[in-house]
Amino acid sequence: MCIAIPGKVVATDGTTAQVDFRGNTVNVNVGLVDPRPGQYVLVHAGCAIEVMEQDKAEELIDLFADLEELS
Amino acid sequence: MKITMAHGSGGKTSAELMESVFGKHFKNSVLDKMEDAAVLDINGKVAYSTDSFVVTPVIFKGGDIGKLCVCGTVNDLLMMGAEPKYLTCGFILEEGLEVDTLDQIVASMAAQAKAAGVTIVAGDTKVVEGSGGLYINTSGIGIIPEGRDVSAGGCKPGDKILLSGNLGDHHACILSARMEIENDIKSDCGCLKDITDALFDGNIDVKTMRDVTRGGLGTILNEIADTSGCRIELEEEAIPVDEEVRGFADILGLDPLYMGNEGKMIAIVPSDQAEEALRLMRDTEHGKDAAVIGQVKEGNGTFITTRLGGSRVLDVLYGEGLPRIC
Amino acid sequence: MEIKEVIDYLKAYDGPEIKLMEVCGTHTASIFKNGIRSLISPRIKLISGPGCPVCVTPTAYIDKCIEYAQKENHVLLTFGDMMKVPGTEGSLSDMKGKGAKVELMYSPFEAVEKAQADPGTTYVIAAVGFETTAPAYALMMQQALEKGVKNIRLVTALKTVIPALTWICENQKDIDGFICPGHVSVIIGSKPYEQLAEKYGKPFVVAGFEAEHILAVIYDIVRQLEKKEAKVKNLYTNAVRDEGNAKALAVLETYFKPGPAMWRGLGIIPDSGLYLKDDFYDGGSRGLVKDMELPEGCRCGDVIVGKINPDQCPMFKTQCSPMKPFGPCMVSAEGACGIWYRNK
Repeated sequence: MCIAIPGKVVATDGTTAQVDFRGNTVNVNVGLVDPRPGQYVLVHAGCAIEVMEQDKAEELIDLFADLEELS
Repeated sequence: MKITMAHGSGGKTSAELMESVFGKHFKNSVLDKMEDAAVLDINGKVAYSTDSFVVTPVIFKGGDIGKLCVCGTVNDLLMMGAEPKYLTCGFILEEGLEVDTLDQIVASMAAQAKAAGVTIVAGDTKVVEGSGGLYINTSGIGIIPEGRDVSAGGCKPGDKILLSGNLGDHHACILSARMEIENDIKSDCGCLKDITDALFDGNIDVKTMRDVTRGGLGTILNEIADTSGCRIELEEEAIPVDEEVRGFADILGLDPLYMGNEGKMIAIVPSDQAEEALRLMRDTEHGKDAAVIGQVKEGNGTFITTRLGGSRVLDVLYGEGLPRIC
Repeated sequence: MEIKEVIDYLKAYDGPEIKLMEVCGTHTASIFKNGIRSLISPRIKLISGPGCPVCVTPTAYIDKCIEYAQKENHVLLTFGDMMKVPGTEGSLSDMKGKGAKVELMYSPFEAVEKAQADPGTTYVIAAVGFETTAPAYALMMQQALEKGVKNIRLVTALKTVIPALTWICENQKDIDGFICPGHVSVIIGSKPYEQLAEKYGKPFVVAGFEAEHILAVIYDIVRQLEKKEAKVKNLYTNAVRDEGNAKALAVLETYFKPGPAMWRGLGIIPDSGLYLKDDFYDGGSRGLVKDMELPEGCRCGDVIVGKINPDQCPMFKTQCSPMKPFGPCMVSAEGACGIWYRNK
């Protein structure tokens, strides 16, 4: 339904943050979240919609670790 | 100084522009004759191509419309196995264009033509109303040396597909400028002669070549699959894309497989020569990130094996590749 | 578990046929791009639901956008994927070719800058989206209000997921489980699915957008079905909280109220739309319910809910194609018909 991708907060200034997406810097509205520089935020249409808990690689390892084993 | 309608009048102002800009950069024995047409002495099989260039902005990271219009037509000739020889160029200028900008672009064309070993033998300039835009058409002639037979239909099952480098750089560079996204992505705009020379000098029996321009890799491979009556299979993980371009494509929901390039090509070669062809490509400036990305098989259509081992159809691009939200 | 075990299990699945619906268009795209269907048993069918806000906008909405784009001193701002959705006389892309003023945006916030720089022009935003996008429009309006920018209008086609899921559960009993939209769930949380899971007795599992996320969710649902469970689970914990994003929900509450909305190919679903509470920035978003008169025989609605396969629709490949799409399932390159078409 909606493309959103994680980017790293470089700096914040009020409700705007500079967010880095693998070398691409975009000004993002952070009115819905409260991120610190260094954190990853999930960005949709120029708006950060959530602060990510962990990086993607770790997340995917945990995802499978948590799945119920076949018995 | 800016371009005005008078520059296209054919009168004195036109003549001044011819001399101060085009004459200055494009000087050569054919043009200097100032005849109505270039008279050329050509022997052998001829490749002949034309293309129009309408990019905005006209000057971008890694190149400009002048470099682009020479590389574009030269690359088209190279892809047929030809040695590019002559170019013609038609300029359409909009009123309000800075003469300095035009000068920079014409200088860039001249430099690129020299580097590619082609002579600009005819040209034309028109001025239209507008807001400072600039469009260029180039046509080119190349000679195909005896014994070369390169065509989209030439590949056979078993052949390997090589890609000369990272996908999407030009598209990402131009769109970054338009969308005001900051990054260090440069257009890959460049002339592929170093690669084709290396392949032919290395006695590689090249079956098919195509430059990967508008419509991207997905679109050209479908054309090749259709023309050759073969099936094409790619390995997703083997396809090189720069990290920054991948990040850019993610932001806008674009797929590098459909993004345009201006200095990338594929070459299809016999399987037993693929390794050598890859080595030769990687030794060139424009082919340093080259990779073997797939192979030609019996059947039809274009397919891609995904990262986790899935398989899917790789179709042509429908419509334009536009930024999307879903 | 390891990813390989999950794939092996799903590939070897030999139980009763299962129909799962992914409601989100971005899931549909990811399923296609990652070749997920080729990694699972043909007995597990993935049905693409109506969860692409762009594809389900009705004709009347596109017409309204075109009307603004053709109006003097007006510019329409839109996301790129809206460009080819058909209106009565053509798409935004067609009309741009005929001189309509249409500009692409990456983010609605661009409207504030543009409107400020050019006060003589009204910037009209084609405000499509689900709960994920709606807060961005709200924050944009907040910004415009603070800066005193008045020359902005929104034509909204905002939709909400729970009413749509309810409609599907009521109208298509064959779906065995739902892959819930990850980014909508970032906003609304995983809780709202609980009432649905309970009422209809089906698993609802929230998924992220990597191939791994989707495979994990399919695995989880298949296992739930085998054990006759109907739980709500969140397998996208990196971004989705049970309660959602409280600030975003509050902003939605402040700026929008629910109302009936038209879904291309499905019809009007009660309370599935979001409308501006305050009329000031509204560019006339209500009542845009007229849909294209779908030619006789069009079976879009049945395709979207997975009742029939695309090639069972008499229009498929005859009148309806990616170059001239009618329903949402062909409008989207990754819609059921779009995918079917390409796998010719």
